[in-house]
Amino acid sequence: MKIHEFQAKQLLRTANVAVPDGIIARSAEEAAAAFKELGGPFAVVKAQIHAGGRGKGTIKSNPDQHGVQLVKSAEEAATVAGNLLGGELVTIQTGPAGRTVKQVLVEAGCDIARELYLGIVIDRACGMPVLMASSEGGMNIEDVAANTPELIFKEAFDPDAGLQSYQVRKLCYRLGITGKSVRSADSFMRTLCKLFVKLDCSLAEINPLVVTGAGEIMALDAKMSFDDNAMFRHPELVELRDLDEEDPAEVRADKSGLSYVQLDGSIGCLVNGAGLAMSTMDLIKLHGGEPANFLDVGGSAKVEQVTEAFHILLEDKNVKAVLVNIFGGIMRCTTIANAIVEAYKVVDFNVPLVVRLEGTEVEEGRKILADCGIDIIGASDLTDAANKVVAAVS
Amino acid sequence: MSILVNKETRVVCQGITGRAGEFHSKNCIDYGTKLVAGVTPGKGGQEILGVPVYDTVGEAVEKQGVDASMIFVPPPFTADAILEAVDAGISTVVAITEGVPVADMVRVYKEIQGRDVHLIGPNCPGVITSDECKIGIMPGYIHKKGTVGVMSRSGTLTYEAVWQLSEVGLGQSTCVGLGGDPIVGTSFIDLLKMYQEDDQTEAIIMIGEIGGTAEEEAAAFVKEHITKPVAAFIAGRTAPPGKRMGHAGAIISGGKGTAAEKIAALEDAGIEVAQSPADMGTAIQRAMAK
Repeated sequence: MKIHEFQAKQLLRTANVAVPDGIIARSAEEAAAAFKELGGPFAVVKAQIHAGGRGKGTIKSNPDQHGVQLVKSAEEAATVAGNLLGGELVTIQTGPAGRTVKQVLVEAGCDIARELYLGIVIDRACGMPVLMASSEGGMNIEDVAANTPELIFKEAFDPDAGLQSYQVRKLCYRLGITGKSVRSADSFMRTLCKLFVKLDCSLAEINPLVVTGAGEIMALDAKMSFDDNAMFRHPELVELRDLDEEDPAEVRADKSGLSYVQLDGSIGCLVNGAGLAMSTMDLIKLHGGEPANFLDVGGSAKVEQVTEAFHILLEDKNVKAVLVNIFGGIMRCTTIANAIVEAYKVVDFNVPLVVRLEGTEVEEGRKILADCGIDIIGASDLTDAANKVVAAVS
Repeated sequence: MSILVNKETRVVCQGITGRAGEFHSKNCIDYGTKLVAGVTPGKGGQEILGVPVYDTVGEAVEKQGVDASMIFVPPPFTADAILEAVDAGISTVVAITEGVPVADMVRVYKEIQGRDVHLIGPNCPGVITSDECKIGIMPGYIHKKGTVGVMSRSGTLTYEAVWQLSEVGLGQSTCVGLGGDPIVGTSFIDLLKMYQEDDQTEAIIMIGEIGGTAEEEAAAFVKEHITKPVAAFIAGRTAPPGKRMGHAGAIISGGKGTAAEKIAALEDAGIEVAQSPADMGTAIQRAMAK
């Protein structure tokens, strides 16, 4: 689960991690008032959407307006906020459609001496959280990792003991942080690591992390995402979820216990199991087709879930054929066959349907489909299924 | 001989009185697994499926002499259940539960380092030695006794692979689902070592997927240490970067963990890579014919 920058900064502020003062605004007037309240000679207006690359991104109908802009008066704050609010911000991460800006963060400007990078993730290789720091702040860290990996420094830490002060000193030495900034970094980094563990984060990224003219360490940007599996113990974080930022079909699938990711091909897929679902997409591509989605109905799907899955697939106007690929283990082939028959009664099937069944109760399942009178293209194995569904769309 | 489990293995099910625990315990017993006890705190003294239920794993071990555990407890309590099994001295712990918080697994992972225990999972289909012992949720009937070791990060894709192997006349020694989470107890390399030592296993198939670098590390290990034929398949060539494809472990980030990188590493190690998921059975045949 992802949250907005202003929400992440509020969590940091509450935990005593240094962030600039900021006020959220949902209109031009609120942005002007926020500028006055902050009281400084300048401020930064930042569009709040979940996607990254906002500073370089621009508003679709107004390509001169970037997603992040420095302003020097309340009037200018109002103008920029007016340009951003309600506009579609297109960044490298949003795709060409962009995302609607519904709120902006008006933040006090600060005196930047240096920009650095800080990120925390769980490292699978060592099975621990690891703090990564780099002198290359403000850059795309993936590019730094690819081109100059020697500029990224890592410290793994025990979640219960937390990051140790000597680890901060090591990082400071490598980053060239000296003098009283080391003490500021110690408080900042250790508190951030504690917060990462406490909130079950899957990612906490501060890019850029700045050293101010006065030597203070501060988070100029903040990105946090959380482990979905741990949200049962963080009801306060679940409140921060913004469904407007998520794909409506994916939100709908999630409610029915389906795992769905929309893609842009023409062959809808309904599969049980994540590995088999990914392989089915690969198979379609290998045979010259394009998958329209990833959809895992799970191991114990019921008629209602399968019906909902078909609804979601067929509402995607790009879908020209559907491939059902089921390897019955716990899920019986008869269950899925009955679900297809039931779904057919309530869903408008206007595209060819290819079904490949294998596994538990397969003979009975195939018989149900053969006898039900629905126009189904049966497939005997994976290759046969792929050939038939690709033929159906071409 | 097979690896991890065989017909002598005595199994306890933690969470046996839950719906999933009872259902799958019954299937395991029907397959021939020596399931000798169940554990559910607060329900000790009962009997279910003809086996006694205990309050603690320690008691089950003491009274029934247990070697392996199958865990079906809900996600918030799974880490605790794993640690209880480890503390009771059980050497093979199989956690089926899906949805365990990563932070919980960080603590479990730390705790089992240096201990003489094999943790399989969580979020996995389990372990099966054909015709001898099934610990998990896989359909037993697709498995045929034979000489191919199967190891995989997926569930249903593993069934697909086993099905294809059986179809081309290749039985399996032991089939292990590692689990789809970012942190799991057992790696491909751990299993490669066991398969290499096992006299029943003559060839190995590895089914990987995008995310992480487990397959690349396994490829390097095969190159150095494995003399038996190895085949592989990688799921997720067409997955878009940054999206979670069902498994939390299957996220490509920063250009790392892509299918292309993994396939290149596997081929470089002389491993026969199936290009299509329909080609897993024939890939192992090609590897064995080399």
